[in-house]
Amino acid sequence: MTAKAISQEERFYQLIDKEEKIEPKDWMPEKYRNTMIRQISQHAHSEVVGMLPEGNWISRAPSLRRKAALLAKIQDEAGHGLYLYSAAETLGADREELIEELHIGKAKYSSIFNYPTLSWADIGAIGWLVDGAAIMNQVMLCRTSYGPYSRAMVRICKEESFHQRQGYDILLTLCNGTKEQKEMAQDALNRWWYPSLMMFGPKDDESVHSDYSIKMKIKRFSNDELRQRFVDATVPQAEYLGLKVPDKNLKFNAKTENYSFTEPDWSEFYNVIKGNGPCNKDRIKTRREAFENGKWVRDAAIAYAEKQKQNNKNGKQ
Amino acid sequence: MRNNKTSYLLHLADNALILSQRLGEWCGHAPILEQDIAITNITLDILGQARYFYQLASRVDKKDKEEDFYAYYRNEREFKNLLLLEQPNGDWSQTLLRQFFYDSYCILLYSELEKSKDKNIAAIASKAIKEVKYHYKYSSEWVIRLGDGTKESNQKLKNSLNYLWDFTGELFEVAEYEKEMIEKGIAPDVSKFKTTWFNNVTEIFNKANIEVPQTTWFQSGGKSGLHTENLGKLLTDLQYMQRTYPNCTW
Repeated sequence: MTAKAISQEERFYQLIDKEEKIEPKDWMPEKYRNTMIRQISQHAHSEVVGMLPEGNWISRAPSLRRKAALLAKIQDEAGHGLYLYSAAETLGADREELIEELHIGKAKYSSIFNYPTLSWADIGAIGWLVDGAAIMNQVMLCRTSYGPYSRAMVRICKEESFHQRQGYDILLTLCNGTKEQKEMAQDALNRWWYPSLMMFGPKDDESVHSDYSIKMKIKRFSNDELRQRFVDATVPQAEYLGLKVPDKNLKFNAKTENYSFTEPDWSEFYNVIKGNGPCNKDRIKTRREAFENGKWVRDAAIAYAEKQKQNNKNGKQ
Repeated sequence: MRNNKTSYLLHLADNALILSQRLGEWCGHAPILEQDIAITNITLDILGQARYFYQLASRVDKKDKEEDFYAYYRNEREFKNLLLLEQPNGDWSQTLLRQFFYDSYCILLYSELEKSKDKNIAAIASKAIKEVKYHYKYSSEWVIRLGDGTKESNQKLKNSLNYLWDFTGELFEVAEYEKEMIEKGIAPDVSKFKTTWFNNVTEIFNKANIEVPQTTWFQSGGKSGLHTENLGKLLTDLQYMQRTYPNCTW
């Protein structure tokens, strides 16, 4: 190893120790680069696949006001996907290749989006629980060591908290409504509760990437810590709605000021990751079709841009 | 019987609602993420226009109903949107060509409505025209890009033109309820837009290497509530929640 390489490496670890950001042009270990590309692209894929379960209700949103809010929310998610793909590109990744990996089932995305949206209340539950869980993760990621990712997270978090309030407001309206509306809300909570707990990833002792991520200050808290925070924050919100969290063992511990709760069914978690969730195949098929059906459009845009470039060149001569 | 002004406002609102309902189908499915964001932006603008017109219609109608009543509790035969706007999205060329036809028309319509003797309509139009000019830029550029892109994109655009052209004649028809509005200076006479619209479309088509069809026969009926089969299915989806759970707050 050359003296220069060592100093680059030393500098990298110094930056991490000093809580300074790693920037695209800084030297970084390949493991760090690959970990960041994996995490950021998974996050980008999650935003884009996450548009689909909510998109399922755009045409059927129960009021024009809710329809507009839902469209705007999904559009925000597309925007998040775009920043994140760009952040991944600062590490030398290629967007088309990343998307290809998603389409062939090689890249992961948040498993929560493999569950179906079966009623309008699910749109509320996704905003409240899924965005709520995402915020727990993302607030932490605002301080992540990679600069472009950290900055993207700051902006994304602002929009996500707005989405969460919007989701909660949908459920609040349902819970103040008719018996049927309230039942719809309870059913949504029943179905989304455990998948939301799974969003923080496996238990700490089974999490493959956690140690390195914490050491490199990519992550600041462990999966279990974040999960606990989420439960502690969410249970009182459910009580305010008058909904029952579907866990008989849920109990507040006055000493630790935490709720004890039942772990999600981890076999279901691994099963859905493997591709056996209710919507895995549909989600990927839909994304792939959108991309394939759009190929001729992208080709036309490129061909037209080339012609324009050529015309401008000829015009100048 | 509704008064003519309510009917006219519902016509404007229905145009925007039905088109935005169609455009919203692209969200999550567009050819590339940047265009997904752009088309949803346009959807949101147009849905916003629909809401302004429904809100005004509900004040004029004086039946103590809110905007959602007009969107969710009327049947096919009561909708007054142009047939063009209820046609399916088809592929990207069909959606963008439909949009281009409508934007070219709305620039003329809203520019005149900005001068309407009804101050409320003028106010909505003056906000909407700013959005429509941006939509027009977007859709006309896409028509040119697809027409002058590849052989395949040019052919697809031609197929879409072949399908949609029959619905463009209706843009310039005057409905019964519109006549009083024209007389009172509330609405412009859309039949007078025809030449300007046609010249503009020809200009863009020249750049897109496609020809304006020579057809002289056009479909008609949407403005007075006689629709294609497409509208009923669209409304089934749109109105599902309100019809299944009536009189709820959402």
